[in-house]
Amino acid sequence: MEGKVRVEGNPFGDLVFRTEREHLPAALRALRDDHGFDMLLDTTVVDRLELPDREPRFDLVYNMRPSLGGLRVRVQARIPAEDPVAESASGIWRAAEWGEREVFDQYGVRFRGHPNCKRILNHKDFVGHPLRRDYDIKKQQWLSEPDDLLDEMEKKRAADPEPGERESMLINLGPSHPAMHGALRVLLDLDGETIRHAVPEIGYLHRGFEKSAEKGNYTQVIPYTDRLNYCSSVMNNVGYCRTVEKMLGVEITPRGAAIRVILLELGRIMDHCVQLAANLVDLGALTNYWYLFNEREKIYNVIEALCGARLTHCYFRIGGSSHDLHEGFAEGVREVLRSVPRALADVEKMVARNRIFLDRTVGVGAISAADAISHGFTGPCLRAAGVQNDLRKDEPYYGYETYDWDVVVGEKGDTYDRIWVRFEEVRQSLRIVEQALTRLPGGPANIDDPRVVLPPKREVYENIEALMNHFMLTMYGIRPPAGECYGAIEAANGELGFFTVSDGTGRPYKVKVRPPCFYVFSAFERLVEGGMIQDAIAVLGSLNIIAGELDR
Amino acid sequence: MEKVAAGGALTTRVDALLAWGRKNSLWPLPYGTACCAIEFMAVVASPFDLSRYGAEVVRFSPRQSDLLIVSGTIVHKQAVILRRIYHQMAEPKWVIAMGACASAGAFYDNYCTLQGIDSVVPVDLYIPGCPPRPEAVMHALVELQRRITEGIPSKAQVIRMEEEKKGEGA
Ligand code: SF4
Repeated sequence: MEGKVRVEGNPFGDLVFRTEREHLPAALRALRDDHGFDMLLDTTVVDRLELPDREPRFDLVYNMRPSLGGLRVRVQARIPAEDPVAESASGIWRAAEWGEREVFDQYGVRFRGHPNCKRILNHKDFVGHPLRRDYDIKKQQWLSEPDDLLDEMEKKRAADPEPGERESMLINLGPSHPAMHGALRVLLDLDGETIRHAVPEIGYLHRGFEKSAEKGNYTQVIPYTDRLNYCSSVMNNVGYCRTVEKMLGVEITPRGAAIRVILLELGRIMDHCVQLAANLVDLGALTNYWYLFNEREKIYNVIEALCGARLTHCYFRIGGSSHDLHEGFAEGVREVLRSVPRALADVEKMVARNRIFLDRTVGVGAISAADAISHGFTGPCLRAAGVQNDLRKDEPYYGYETYDWDVVVGEKGDTYDRIWVRFEEVRQSLRIVEQALTRLPGGPANIDDPRVVLPPKREVYENIEALMNHFMLTMYGIRPPAGECYGAIEAANGELGFFTVSDGTGRPYKVKVRPPCFYVFSAFERLVEGGMIQDAIAVLGSLNIIAGELDR
Repeated sequence: MEKVAAGGALTTRVDALLAWGRKNSLWPLPYGTACCAIEFMAVVASPFDLSRYGAEVVRFSPRQSDLLIVSGTIVHKQAVILRRIYHQMAEPKWVIAMGACASAGAFYDNYCTLQGIDSVVPVDLYIPGCPPRPEAVMHALVELQRRITEGIPSKAQVIRMEEEKKGEGA
């Protein structure tokens, strides 16, 4: 590998390797086998059409890290527009399968050796590749008939080692089906009630986050991030703001950091509550839904008092938050701290020794640690498989290393473990919130940096400096230096990353999300094949697939 | 029934009886795709409790429901399916567009998002908000019940009547 791969300096502290496209597979393989980068986080392309140095046009990016934490690495290779082909990495990581399909769909770079290089987010009749810089954002294309998915199903059937004598039945589940959560779809090939083959389809909520993010300034992206994982909007806000702060090279204030910790953990509690409630409803245990949603409502009330919105908070800003905490915030959170454990205990009592619940979850949809890593699992789903992986411990931010709490891990990686990891994580989050609330430092919530944060309104009216500052920020936006930067946080579903490219202007040149549940869902077919049809429902709920984040 | 109706005297009372029955037993099909759907879940949960209006029996089967509540963003890939589901519902039926996305595409003014579901299904009520509060959803329901009681035709009926009129004119 030496000699063919160059280390490239990077202004934002990520380690970046550059290579030629023909050396890409060798370089990736060497990184995985010899250097422990066993986890492919994300794959994307930077279309350099409007950047200086724009030939060859496409910059293919593989983003990875070791599963047990440590240095992050990006490998990049340039690909010319006349011949947009690269070697597929799907033989190295399973995560590359969907990642590369998305690259093909959005940018039109094809992959040799990929088992199924077809569109994934856009519909089958779509012409062109929307994330190319020269694709007009408003050019809509209608679909007349949904995809029947038979092409993929036939391929799977043909590859079946023991087709045997059987009556097969095709069943289409979703996208409008209560257990498929509105926007997911899977085509099942059944033998009796056993699933022989499954072909999932996504994209039913692909609403163009990444393209839209290129149209506004850096601050205007924040409300879009709210709607990625809408069960815990605050966490997405933080993930994005933190990435831009990394680009700007600013560090938020101690008070700002503590506020973020509290809201991050409240977000995690809300998200887990929805996951548990929905999963249990899918299993037929409706009562738990009332219990868990009541708790969520209490957190909503606190957050609503804080920022005026129940669900789409848009509270955080680059450099801090839109305003400081309100009076009574601490009491509200204390009330939550008191009532959530009670509800949690009630729910646990209802399910812990329930025969039906155990029969339907224990051993169902299990995944080994190695497979989970290869698929790019992160968060509760990876921890349920026994991997001690949590960015809050591995790459602590906002002082997470100073709080007293534990990473929860499971053993078997089955549905039961995934549910139980979340139960425990809610408890751990409560512990963190408690500590953060007790030590909440005083001082400003926002940093004092005229490049980033608007001056106080009163000063805008009273002095010319502040007025000009206000104008500049509003008109030109926050302007991080040119370059590429990847920042991530441990969101409720796992590692939520933002790969942001700046061209030095006030608008992001590119924002690529690394959605945790995209890679989790890519393993869905393998988890359900061989199981019963009702297991598919239990497994799906336990993965906590949020379509907004999955499809962006 | 027809005889009674032809007799004249009972017609309005039968209509009123039907309307009363319909109004108090709406079975919504929650077509939830995105963030708004989470808020719809809150509407059905106990703090808000949609059942106070006799509309808590949510059904995901179009054959069993008469009120389509579209909560969430509809993208082109989804629009085909929404349309199919709507046509599978039996008459009389109503449609509520919950939230900015279903109503007009919200701020997703881009290549993949449908700019309002009214281009694929007729909409009776639009609820503003991103997402609307649960109270707003209930308000829409009450408003729909009022229209049913007063015999105001649904948007689908209006469209049909207009088309018939056009057909006669030609
Ligand atoms: S209207 Fe707002 S909250 Fe509702 S689906 Fe659209 S973006 Fe989400």
